[in-house]
Parts: sequence; C-alpha cells; structure tokens
Amino acid sequence: MKIIGLIIAVLTGILLIYATVDFPPWADPGSPASTYLSPHYIEKTMEETSVPNIVTAVLADYRGFDTMFETTVIFAAGVACFFILRTFKRKEPEEIFYRHTLTGMTIRVKNSGKVRQDLDEFERIDAMWTPHYLIVKTVARLLVPFIQLFGLYVIAHGHHSPGGGFQGGVILGASIILLAISHDMRTALGRMREKTTALLCTTGVLIYAGAGALCLLLGLNFLDYGALASILYTDPVTARSHGILIVEIGVGLAVMSAMIWIYSNVSSGGKYDEGL
Amino acid sequence: MIWQLDLAILTLVVIAAIGAITIKDLLGAAILFGSYSFMMCLLWSIMGAVDVAFTEASVGAGVSTVFFVAAVFRTSRRTKD
Repeated sequence: MKIIGLIIAVLTGILLIYATVDFPPWADPGSPASTYLSPHYIEKTMEETSVPNIVTAVLADYRGFDTMFETTVIFAAGVACFFILRTFKRKEPEEIFYRHTLTGMTIRVKNSGKVRQDLDEFERIDAMWTPHYLIVKTVARLLVPFIQLFGLYVIAHGHHSPGGGFQGGVILGASIILLAISHDMRTALGRMREKTTALLCTTGVLIYAGAGALCLLLGLNFLDYGALASILYTDPVTARSHGILIVEIGVGLAVMSAMIWIYSNVSSGGKYDEGL
Repeated sequence: MIWQLDLAILTLVVIAAIGAITIKDLLGAAILFGSYSFMMCLLWSIMGAVDVAFTEASVGAGVSTVFFVAAVFRTSRRTKD
C-alpha cells in the first residue's frame, strides 16, 4: 500500500513538473496575464480607487466576490469545528486541581467538590498542563495590548502598506490565543466569551455581504463600492477606498473570531474548561 | 535577488517538507511545518509578494502551528503508521 502511494505521488509530481514547462517564463512581459490585465491594475488602480497598495485594491475591490467567499470559508471552518467538537452536556470533572499561591502547593479536590470561591490563595490549574512560569505569564500579558494595537494598525493601514483584514484579523486572534497559552483557557474566555466570539464571526461576514448588498440596493452591481458615494457624501473614487476599509474591517472581525473559535474548540476538546 | 540566499532557503524548504512528512513525532512535525511556512514566507518576500509573505507568516507559521500543537495536545503525540 505504501509503495502504491509512493508511486502515485511521484507520478503526480512528475506530471506537475512537466506541466510547468507550458507556463510562461517568470516575469515574462508577453504572458497573457501581463499583456492587458496587470497593466490595467498597475496604471488605473490609483485613479479608479485611490488606493496606493494595488494588492489590497485587487483583493477587496476588483476581486471582492472572491474575497467574500474566502471569508465565508474561514467562517465555515469555525462553525464546523464548533459543531464537531463542542459538547454541551455539562459534566464536572471528577478531580479539580488548585494551587496554593503562597506556598506553591498543589491540592486535589475529588468528587466534584470545590474550594470556596472567595479565597484568593487558591487558583485553579489544569489537570494535564500545569506549568507556572511567572515571567512567561507577565511578559505575555504585557505584550497582548501591543499585539492588538499592531493588528488594528495592519487592518487600518492595509490601503498603504502590506496587510489587510486577513493578516490583521489573524494577529488580533493570536493575541487572545497567546493569553490562552500563557495563562489558561479560562483566562482567555474571561476576556472573550464564546458567545461574543460566535457573534463577532457572523457579524464580520454580515458586514462584508451587507456592504455588497447595500451597493446592490443603491443601484449598482454587488460589491461595487462606488454606489456608497451617496451615503458617505464623497465622490465615487473615495467611496471605493472607504468601501475597501469597511470590507476589511468585516474580514478582520470574521477571521479574528474564527481563529479564537477554532483554537478554543480544538484545545479544550469542546468543553471550554481545561485546555492548553 | 541574491541567488545564494535563494538556493539556501529553497534547500531548507525541501528539507523541512521532507522532515515534516517522515518524522514519527507529531509535535516535531508541527514545528517543522511551521518552519517550512516561515521559509516559504521568506521566499515570497524575496519574490516581491510582500502581502502573501505577510499572510504566510501570520497564518502559516503562526496560527496553524498553534492549531496543530493544540490538536496534538488533545490527541496523541506519535503516529500509528
């Protein structure tokens, strides 16, 4: 079986390498893509959308429909993880571990007993993963606001520099994931509840599709942001730039919460209690 | 483009890719896959596709490695085959 798989893989690889012979050479000015499509984007993007970063303009404006379904795919991945992994039956773990913060001793409470909640000296720890690194925790907690600020910058500055909704959303999601890794799942969930995550995920996709549908209502094509000029009180060119920003915010929200959603479902096994 | 740098990174990409599929330790495979993604990110930026490099660095090298590690943490660390 292994040999058959190897033969198939090698044959496919040879076929793919053989197929690249037909490709136009790298950076060939005479290739079909470079003869009329790329020059149009390079020459006309600034006057049509007033966005200096051509990649952002192509992704969110010229190829906006494509990006909308990329966002939908991310959303679908989050929803799929939720439906497959999430368990709703509340079953208290049989043993709960607590750490006495003053002495560092670990105590184990069996048969779903609990330590009194108002005692500050005991903090709950996971059964499978019990490291206690003060430096890692503190540095991660101090880094989180800066990471989030950078994520917002990447989303908002996507018009002028590399970046955009996807990257910024992933960075924003990674900040919460960092909190979950360095502390524990419950700390991260305290910052961002599961309901908030799910709502933000759907809101992001809704903002994107809603912006497109609004253009449709205002009399132009789906996702033709020039139609937003009448409600944004600008000219159609600036409206396209603003439309890209609106759409990027939607993508950022959807991707951020999808990342947190997938991570918390996978790492806690759907129980949202103890996790990496 | 510096061809020596290009060649070195390409070699590392191939090594990381082969290592990721042959290694028995799944956690090691996840880390190798992350380094593969990071090398691909360097290649994208060498070719001038900075946006793609940024996406590769954040999604491929960052978050997907964390997902793999979380999945390994919840399942088993060694492969059966």
